[in-house]
Amino acid sequence: MSQFALEITNLKKIYDSDVVALKGINLSVKEGDFFALLGPNGAGKSSTIGIIASLVTKSAGKVKIFDIDIDENFPEAKRLLGVVSQEINFNNFEKVIDIVNTQAGFYGIPLKDSKLKTEITLKRLGLWEKRNEQARTLSGGFKRRLMIAKALIHEPKLLILDEPTAGVDIELRREMWDFLKEINAQGTTIILTTHYLEEAEQLCKNIAIIDHGEIVENTSMKDLLSRLDVQGFLLDIDKSLDQPPSIPNFPITLEDPTTLNVAIKKDQSINHLFDQLSALGINVSSMRNESNRLEEMFIEMVKKH
Amino acid sequence: MRRRNEILVSLITLIRKEIKRYLRIWVQTLVPPAVTMSLYFVIFGSLIGPRIGSMDGLDYIQFMIPGLIMMSVITNSYANVVSSFYSVKFQKSIEELLVSPMPNWAILVGFIMGGVSRGVLIGCIVFCVSLFFYPSFTIVNPLLTISVLFLTAILFSLMGFINAIFADSFDDISIIPTFVLTPLIYLGGVFYSINILPDIWRNISMANPMLYVVNTFREGMLGVSDVSIPFALSMIIFFIAVLTSACLILLHKGVGTRQ
Repeated sequence: MSQFALEITNLKKIYDSDVVALKGINLSVKEGDFFALLGPNGAGKSSTIGIIASLVTKSAGKVKIFDIDIDENFPEAKRLLGVVSQEINFNNFEKVIDIVNTQAGFYGIPLKDSKLKTEITLKRLGLWEKRNEQARTLSGGFKRRLMIAKALIHEPKLLILDEPTAGVDIELRREMWDFLKEINAQGTTIILTTHYLEEAEQLCKNIAIIDHGEIVENTSMKDLLSRLDVQGFLLDIDKSLDQPPSIPNFPITLEDPTTLNVAIKKDQSINHLFDQLSALGINVSSMRNESNRLEEMFIEMVKKH
Repeated sequence: MRRRNEILVSLITLIRKEIKRYLRIWVQTLVPPAVTMSLYFVIFGSLIGPRIGSMDGLDYIQFMIPGLIMMSVITNSYANVVSSFYSVKFQKSIEELLVSPMPNWAILVGFIMGGVSRGVLIGCIVFCVSLFFYPSFTIVNPLLTISVLFLTAILFSLMGFINAIFADSFDDISIIPTFVLTPLIYLGGVFYSINILPDIWRNISMANPMLYVVNTFREGMLGVSDVSIPFALSMIIFFIAVLTSACLILLHKGVGTRQ
C-alpha cells in the first residue's frame, strides 16, 4: 500500500463556460496526515474535491487514492473515500436514521450490519437521540454532524471535508475539531478545506494553498508558521495612556487607553520589552496574540499571486 | 463475488428507498389515479357508455378498461422517475449515489424499478377499480398482459429518467407529460378504436406510439387490437434498448449529474 493517501498529478478542470478552475495542480497527502487545503473563494478547492469524489469530471490529470487510480478502479477507490460536501446533500424529509442507513446500503453494507454501524456512528456524533426526527427539523450544527455521519458510515481511510464548520457556532466547532482529531489519531487521513485559518492552524499538520487554480504553497504548518518573523501582541496595562510609550525597536500603538499593540520580531526578547515598560512605570496585567498569524500570511500569499 | 454482493445490496437499497418514497406519500401517488379512473368509469363507462353501444364488438366500458389501465401505468411510471430523479438532483442528494461505489447501471436500474413498481401497482389498483364497475371482466392472455404491463412501465420510466437528466427546473419536468404524453395517450386509442376514424386520421394515428402500447395491452386483456402485435412488441423492446443505452451514456458522461 502506498504511503500516500492521495496523489494528484497535473489535474486540470475547464468548465463548459470556459472557466479554468484548475491549471494542472500536483498534490500529495501522506497516509495519516491532517491536511489543510486553503484558498479564497473560487480558487479551485471545491473543484479539486469534486473531482476526487467524482462529483465533477476532470479535464485532464491523474488522481490516486491509496495508490488506486480513480480512472482504473473507481469502486475500490470510492470505498476508501468519505466526503463531506460543502452544501447539505440529503433529503430533508427523511429521518436521520434512514439517511445514514441508506448511505450505508449504497456502499454495499447489508441492512443487518448497516443498522449496527448506523447506531454506532450516530451515537458517536451525538445524533442518536434525534434518529427518528426528519432531517429538516435539525439545527444547522446537527445537519453538519449528519453529513459527517454519512461520510463515515463505511469507515473510509481518507475523509475529505469541504468547509465542514461553515456557519457552525464556536462550541460546536470546537466539538467537531475534537472529533476530527480523534478519528485522525485512530488512523483516518483527513483533508480539510476551510475559510477559518485558525481551524487549519489548530488541526492540520500540513497545508497547501491554492489560488486561481494553482498550488501556491505546499508545506508543513510548522514551516509556514516559522516564516512569520513578526508577531503582534496585545498587552493590557494597569494605567490609562493618551499616547503610546516610545521604546526603541518596539513599534507600539494604542488599541485603547489601557491596551497596547506591539509588534515583536522573532529575534527580539519579550522580557526586554517588559523591562522597558516597567521602567516607564507601566505594568502589564495580561497579554494575548493580536490576531491569527496564519491569516496574515495567507492574505500576503494570495495578494502576491 | 464481493463486488457482486455489494452491487446487489446497493441496488436493493435504492429500490427500497424509491418504493418507500412513493408509499410515504400514498395520498398523492396512489389515491389520485384510483379516484380519477373511477370518475372515468362512472362517466364514460356507466353513464355515457351504454349510449355509445359496442366498440370492436365489446361493451364500451369493457373496451375502455385496458386503455385506462395503460394510461395510468404510463403517466405514473413516467411521473415517478422524472420527479424522483429530478428531486435528488435538485436537493443534491444525488451526491450520495455518485460518491458511492454503485455503478451507473445500478443507479439506472434502481430508479427504473421504482417507476415500474409504481406503474404496475397503480395498474393493479385501476384494474381492481374497474372490476367494481365491470365484475365479469376476464383476461384473455395473462402472459401477454403482464409482459406489456411491465414493458410499458419500463419504457416510460426510461423516458422519465431522460427528462429528469435534462431538466433544470420543476417546469421542465411537467412540460413533456402535459404537452406531449397526455395528448398522445388520449389520441392513442384509449377511448376508441381507430377503425371508427376516417382514413386520413387512422393513418395519422398509426404514427402515434401510444396506439401500439394501448392496443397490445388490449390484445392481452380482451383479444382485440388495431395493430400488429409482433410489430408493436418488437418496437417496445427496441425503444427500451435504445433508451437504456442513451441513459447509460448520459450517466457515464455526467450530463445533468456531474459538473
